[in-house]
Amino acid sequence: MTARSVRSLSGALKPLFSNRCPGVYGAASCNQRQKSTYTTIPPPARYGGRHTVTLIPGDGIGPELGNHVRELFRFCCVPVDFEVVNVDSSVASEDDINNAIMAIRRNGVALKGNIETNHNLPPSYKSRNNLLRTTLDLYANVMHCQSLPGVRTRHRNIDIMIIRENTEGEYSSLEHENVPGVVECLKIITKTKSLRIADYAFRTARAKGRRRVTAVHKANIMKLGDGLFLECCKEVASGYPEITFDSMIVDNTTMQLVSRPQQFDLMVMPNLYGNVVSNVCAGLVGGPGLVPGANYGEDYAVFETGTRNTGKSIANRNTANPTAMLLASCLLLDHLKLHAYASMIRRAILSTVSETRLHTADLGGQGSTSEVVQSIMNAVQSTGPQTLSI
Amino acid sequence: MAAHSAVLSMSKIIKPFWGGHLGNTVKVFGTTLTSHRNKSSLTRENIPPPAKYGGRHTVTLIPGDGIGPELLNHVREVFRFSCVPVDFEVVHVNSAVETEDDINNAITAIRRNGVALKGNIETKHTMAPSVKSRNNLLRTSLDLYANVMHCQSLPGVQTRHKNIDIMIIRENTEGEYSSLEHESVSGVVESLKIITRNNSLRIADYAFKLAREKGRRRVTAVHKANIMKLGDGLFLQCCREVASGYPDITFDSMIVDNTTMQLVSKPQQFDVMVMPNLYGNVVSNVCAGLVGGPGLVPGANYGHVYAVFETATRNTGKSIANRNIANPTAMLLASCMMLDHLKLYDHASSIRNAILNTMNETRLHTADIGGQGTTSEVVQTIMRFIQSKGQLTSEY
Repeated sequence: MTARSVRSLSGALKPLFSNRCPGVYGAASCNQRQKSTYTTIPPPARYGGRHTVTLIPGDGIGPELGNHVRELFRFCCVPVDFEVVNVDSSVASEDDINNAIMAIRRNGVALKGNIETNHNLPPSYKSRNNLLRTTLDLYANVMHCQSLPGVRTRHRNIDIMIIRENTEGEYSSLEHENVPGVVECLKIITKTKSLRIADYAFRTARAKGRRRVTAVHKANIMKLGDGLFLECCKEVASGYPEITFDSMIVDNTTMQLVSRPQQFDLMVMPNLYGNVVSNVCAGLVGGPGLVPGANYGEDYAVFETGTRNTGKSIANRNTANPTAMLLASCLLLDHLKLHAYASMIRRAILSTVSETRLHTADLGGQGSTSEVVQSIMNAVQSTGPQTLSI
Repeated sequence: MAAHSAVLSMSKIIKPFWGGHLGNTVKVFGTTLTSHRNKSSLTRENIPPPAKYGGRHTVTLIPGDGIGPELLNHVREVFRFSCVPVDFEVVHVNSAVETEDDINNAITAIRRNGVALKGNIETKHTMAPSVKSRNNLLRTSLDLYANVMHCQSLPGVQTRHKNIDIMIIRENTEGEYSSLEHESVSGVVESLKIITRNNSLRIADYAFKLAREKGRRRVTAVHKANIMKLGDGLFLQCCREVASGYPDITFDSMIVDNTTMQLVSKPQQFDVMVMPNLYGNVVSNVCAGLVGGPGLVPGANYGHVYAVFETATRNTGKSIANRNIANPTAMLLASCMMLDHLKLYDHASSIRNAILNTMNETRLHTADIGGQGTTSEVVQTIMRFIQSKGQLTSEY
């Protein structure tokens, strides 16, 4: 936003200052423009000190978890207002999702539940989630899988960051049936997007102090496609000499993940492999209820659960695990630079997850969603900052 | 196949003779012809039996790269020791040259013999994209449409999950492995994933027939039809069609990402899984990892006419080649599957028992399952087990 306002200001002021000091002003606006890379996405709309964030409830467990997030934010007096946009997955028209996209363009940030893609509708009906990601050009899907202390899993000490290309690859929705009975699906890999995601991956690795980046591919079979992806990663890797770069074929990767996941640090990959690998990692650290995910673009950011499940079978039964959605909301707060609130809520969530008696059904316990949320709110209150009365 | 063509040619000769007179006989003869034709196209039980001269079978052996040659030598050693009536015709395939002569020779040899045992042939990334994967060429030319992998928890191997028994049937010839890629605009690559109705029906049919044969209760189709609606949608539809003809078997479907997540948390829920090529690759590697690693699981590629056996996860194992530390179990179990295919059941079960007994001895485990044993120790132990059972064996 700041970059935009500077630009418009410069547009207004240029005729005034044109002869005097165009160089200086030009340099200033140039700097601003260069600075708006992924680390300095223009801060979202903030009026009266409160942020507005789009909330898309989605289907299944989305609405109830979104409500819990709002409850928790209100309780902790987080200066965030939610603009709720409902998207109906059963109608064929794209008006709903277009409204949602417009709202996200307006606010810059969103928190969403997964919108169901009904298999029974005709193939011309595209996946709403996919539409949202491609229209807003949210090119990087980042998922951080960490072993949580309170959760018992078969593997320990997992700390893997997965960066997945989010807009192209197998998810281009380009399919056709030239001859009846023969379907061709196009998988698109482009140089620009591969360079972009590789760049993002290495910058994130550097920012988080990660030592090693692994590219996951299947270039022995898809020589041109994944070969191009691999080449782009290698190119970008050469600019980051302090970070080790290696590559691994996707089948070997999944096999290594189930035997020795501790060897992986940061992984970058195209869309479909990213889907599979991120679900494997989510399964390794404890399930879909624990891992948050974030989708970043040049200008927008959308936060959701890491594995994008609708959870239709457990909807409205008070048994869903709210951890993933709540951790996603903490990622949102970090993005809005409300770090104090983010760490406060995160600490409360992690202390609640350590209590085995509060584990929900997916972690093998018998707790209910509302109990978990109550306990988080108690934990927040006990740490002392200003909260509403319970 | 010989009987079939003989009948056909005979009918051509006889027809002008009997043309007008014995209409009924011709009709009867005609029906016999038709039923012969129907039988040989149906199931794999009627794959014409492979070459067998003087009571000995000839099997093509493709050593491949990496650990392939040494493991296949061990297979030959074990077969010779157990007096298995199988002779190997070795065909080398050089992965470093660009010409396809080597692999074409191998394919001709397999067409001749009907059965093969192979190690994995390396596909170098550094060569031009026009050099296609040799393994893929072999599978598509011979139309080995079904890749079957049976993942079972072995009793002697310590794993994080227990009681896994999953059968994975993977379409082997189309899907993402069509090697059809092009770069119309520089910097933009399009890879084609092909799904056809015929191949999908064929693999679904194979899966259900196998499930019925092995007494399995449930078949799960793995797909990503929410994104690839036409492609995986077609696959799913074909599976449902075939499922309707097997009311005794439960059919359900699961999206591939959910499948992999379930596999790492609760793999015991799966029974038989059928899927297109790429998902099959990933899922079979996950399952191999769950039961103990790439050194333990054998794989088989079946077509209507040919069968090729290899390790399930198709690793070359370049980094451990010629160091006597590779795990020979997968390749030896694959050779047992081959013996079953050749209907040499006694030899197959004796070698298999020996392998499973050897697995139980932890001190003999190789490096990949956490032990310090060497390949030759394992093979020696297996041969000792076979000998102790009292069957006819060669001198030590």
